[in-house]
Amino acid sequence: MVKILNVKNLEKSYFSGSKKLSILKDISFSVEEKETFSIVGPSGSGKTTILGLCAGLDKPDSGTIELCGTEISTLSEDERAQLRGQKVGFIFQDFQLLQTLTALENVAVPLELQGDKQATHKAKALLEKVGLADRLGHYPSQLSGGEQQRVALARAFSNNPTILFADEPTGNLDAKTGEKVIQLLFDLNKELGTTLVIVTHDIELAQKTKHILRLKGGSIIENTTLV
Amino acid sequence: MAQNSNMSKVGFSWLLKMAHRDGKASWKKLTLFMASIVLGIAAVVSIQSFSENLKENIALQSKSLMGSDFKIDSNKAPNEKVTTIMDSLGGADAREINFASMAAFPNHEGSKLVQIRGIEGGFPFYGTIETEPKTAASTYQNQSSALVDATVMLQFGLKVGDSIKIGNVTLPIGGALKSVAGSRSIFSSIAPPVVIPYQFIEASGLVQMGSRLDYVYYFAQPDTDLDLLQKAIDDKLDLEDADLDIHTTTSERLGRRYENFGKFLNLVAFIALLLGCVGIASAVHIYIKEKLRSVAILKCLGASKKQTFLIYLIQIAFIGLLSGIIGTLLGLVLQQLFPYILQDLLPLNVQITLVPKTIYAGILLGIFMSVLFALYPLIGTIYTSPLQALRIQEDDNPRSIKAGLLVLSAIFGFIFLFAFWLLRNISFSLVFLIGIIITFSILGGIAHGVMKAIKKFFPHSWGFVARTSLLNLYRPQNQTLILVITIGVGTFLISTLYFSKNLLLSQATIEAKANSVNMILLDIQKEQTEDVEKTITDNGQPVIDNIPIVTMRMQSIAGKTINQIREDSTSKINRWILSHEFRVTYRDSLIDSETLTSGEFTPRVTTTDLVPISVSDNLAEDAKVVVGDSITFNVQGVLINTIVGSIRQVDWSRMQPNFTVLFPKGVLENAPQFNVFTTHVPNEQASANLQQDLVKKYPNVSILDLRQILNTVEKLLNKIAWIINFMAFFSILTGVIVLLGAVRTSKHQRIKESVLLRTLGAKSHQILKIIALEYTYLGVIGGFTGIILSLIGSQLLALWIFEAPFTPSIVPFVVLFPGITFLVLAIGMANSRSVIKRPPLEVLRKEAS
Repeated sequence: MVKILNVKNLEKSYFSGSKKLSILKDISFSVEEKETFSIVGPSGSGKTTILGLCAGLDKPDSGTIELCGTEISTLSEDERAQLRGQKVGFIFQDFQLLQTLTALENVAVPLELQGDKQATHKAKALLEKVGLADRLGHYPSQLSGGEQQRVALARAFSNNPTILFADEPTGNLDAKTGEKVIQLLFDLNKELGTTLVIVTHDIELAQKTKHILRLKGGSIIENTTLV
Repeated sequence: MAQNSNMSKVGFSWLLKMAHRDGKASWKKLTLFMASIVLGIAAVVSIQSFSENLKENIALQSKSLMGSDFKIDSNKAPNEKVTTIMDSLGGADAREINFASMAAFPNHEGSKLVQIRGIEGGFPFYGTIETEPKTAASTYQNQSSALVDATVMLQFGLKVGDSIKIGNVTLPIGGALKSVAGSRSIFSSIAPPVVIPYQFIEASGLVQMGSRLDYVYYFAQPDTDLDLLQKAIDDKLDLEDADLDIHTTTSERLGRRYENFGKFLNLVAFIALLLGCVGIASAVHIYIKEKLRSVAILKCLGASKKQTFLIYLIQIAFIGLLSGIIGTLLGLVLQQLFPYILQDLLPLNVQITLVPKTIYAGILLGIFMSVLFALYPLIGTIYTSPLQALRIQEDDNPRSIKAGLLVLSAIFGFIFLFAFWLLRNISFSLVFLIGIIITFSILGGIAHGVMKAIKKFFPHSWGFVARTSLLNLYRPQNQTLILVITIGVGTFLISTLYFSKNLLLSQATIEAKANSVNMILLDIQKEQTEDVEKTITDNGQPVIDNIPIVTMRMQSIAGKTINQIREDSTSKINRWILSHEFRVTYRDSLIDSETLTSGEFTPRVTTTDLVPISVSDNLAEDAKVVVGDSITFNVQGVLINTIVGSIRQVDWSRMQPNFTVLFPKGVLENAPQFNVFTTHVPNEQASANLQQDLVKKYPNVSILDLRQILNTVEKLLNKIAWIINFMAFFSILTGVIVLLGAVRTSKHQRIKESVLLRTLGAKSHQILKIIALEYTYLGVIGGFTGIILSLIGSQLLALWIFEAPFTPSIVPFVVLFPGITFLVLAIGMANSRSVIKRPPLEVLRKEAS
């Protein structure tokens, strides 16, 4: 199988005032193509930082990250942005929809960034797929939490990403709505053949993935493959 | 990986689309930016456009303003050489003698100082004499009647057919004079024009010793090359104390005079615009802060730094463009008002047309100023990390110092260039820029200092309300700095304008008090002195001064004759000295307005060999003489050798006869002379009685009623001050809009805090007091700093520009200061109503949505 994400000896620290805080220590793991992968751990264990680094949102202090065959720690911010636009999808805990854009416009943005002439048409089809055909012209503030996360799902899959990073995708939803969104996420993942990396507190959700990476205090304490 | 820019894929149209999508949801906030600069642009465009129109009108109407193609004038009757020159030009087409004199209105018990203009020939050759009835302009010469200034006619209730007495001549009034080429409106308000046929000048008996006559010869020669003519005869005429004036240079000179006033107004308008720009910078700062999360999301989705930056830059530039267009349109409408506002100060009727240059400038100004002042907050988008979308908060944006300095330099560079465009003078533009930097820095520094001082010396013992309102001054995202600058600059401007106007007026009125001179009688012939003195005392008034005056010209300075100096191109002696007719007096002591600065004053001499005279410091400077230098005067044919014995500083601002050259007693007593009397009249009635009596008995005597003149000067200054205030009003209004913007942008924060306080049990009146106190502090700090700065500025103006003592008026402190504070308080309170009136939950929901 092709390794879509390959992380080696990753280290990251941040400064809090003049004090240096070590967030990640010697992290190495890999994710294979079309695999579902979850990163779990308590608050402050470094889960979100790993996700950010793997998606190229920041640079590591040391170590290497190979994403879709490209070593991203040496790329400039704009080069990483371009790679994200082409290969990466995102789901955030607080949805992170652009408040001033309608649902349709939000979904169309990643396609438009790639210069896709059919952006609006494809965005409409995706919103229909997540059950929001009647909410195209609504602004995020006019949608419920579950609806907003479904718009975010449609947006994440709009550019047909090779890998999708989900940060606590059900964290801001009630159990029932969260369940529906996760079902939709896994269905779309299966249908479109995307690699899925989820950061979560929710062990139940993690157990739905094929691979679980457990973190504590910035280090890997367990790397399990579920049968 | 090769950089394959997204820009090429998505193109500029996507950026426009995103800017539009995002902007349409934020249009209310963006409207506030727009309002901040619309008024400033309107002010700049209206002044600039009107100035251009005025300049163009003056140039187009230059012949009508002079009434001829060129004229030759002199303050003495033309000698043979001047006559020969005029004959060689084909002879004058019209001639005129004009002078100031008293005119009486026999059936109306009144008299007035007027400018008599005796005209012969078809003058004016361009433009018209505007009269009522219209035919009077063409019939007054044949019908031997006078055209009297329309305002004088109104003032004395005169009608066509009434009489006017000028010296020994009484003429019927043929019409009311509305305008005539060569009578400028400002001087006309002191001595209004009266046009009579030329032949009555001699008969009036007013052409005699001491009369200040001006002989003017008009030429209508449209085909003459005026530049060549100037080169050929200007110097020759100069030697004979005559001047050539061509219509183009005269109108240019006139244009320049008004241009300077226009430039000053333009700077006032530009300050209004800068104030608006400070508002933009502050509003964009808050706006972009709210947008940083969207920027992070867009970056997560693959947008580049440049793309996110450009989306918001396009928004700001578009708002700038709209502001530019609206401001320019408003400015163009506004300039239609100027001819009405300025009508008494303008030399001609101005036809308003569209000036494309100003329209483009207004629109470009809108775009440039918005982008420039929004640039620093906009740069924040470049440094926003996509990590912010993942709830990872980094320290403050590591915005580069270099970028900040670059933006600041660009702003200063632009202000300098724009000031240079307005003033065309590097030094003045630099002074303007430095002045702006100093004013803004002081106000910014004070706001910063106050915040620091409150933190350091926080009055912990104060009550809850007072403490909380103080704390609000330095809460996160506070608007203290921007509000203090806005309020301060506005107050500074109005207050400085007020102080300057007072400074000018107090200079003029200082001598109009108590028993000082308030009437001057000119041109009294030596044989009339006793009778005139008796008339004054018979009227119950005192003769304060009896000043003898002898006219003379300089023959040589420091051994060089006037003609040698004229021919010496290296001579630095000012040209006016060479042809000036000096009016000189003699006495044995100095007077109040004179201070000796060097040499020794000689009160009296017994020999006329080498007379020690005293000259004023400005004459010494212009004539390049020092104590000990010799000057020979030609006293109506008799040469008198003198030596500069002393130099005096003269306070010319005192409304009394002052002299550049002062002789000691014992030399000029027997020279041909006339006298000037000064007196004090207690009221208008006494003044009118004395004037009528004097005009009846001694028609050649001119009377300057200083109170009337001061009244006229005050009216003019008030008019000018009104125009300046009108422009300053734009600054204030802009300040109010910026204030509104600042209050509105901090409203959300304020509401959240207030709702929290209410949830914790604070009562409405406590919240109200907290808000009221906070705005009062802001008003007091900004207003007070502005007035103090203006006091310093006015003191410097008094010292360097007006060279006069400055006694600050209390008005800005008791009227302006509380007024501004109240305005700030009112705006603040009006915008915080929702905080107090509604239940906390409703407010929270409303604000959240």
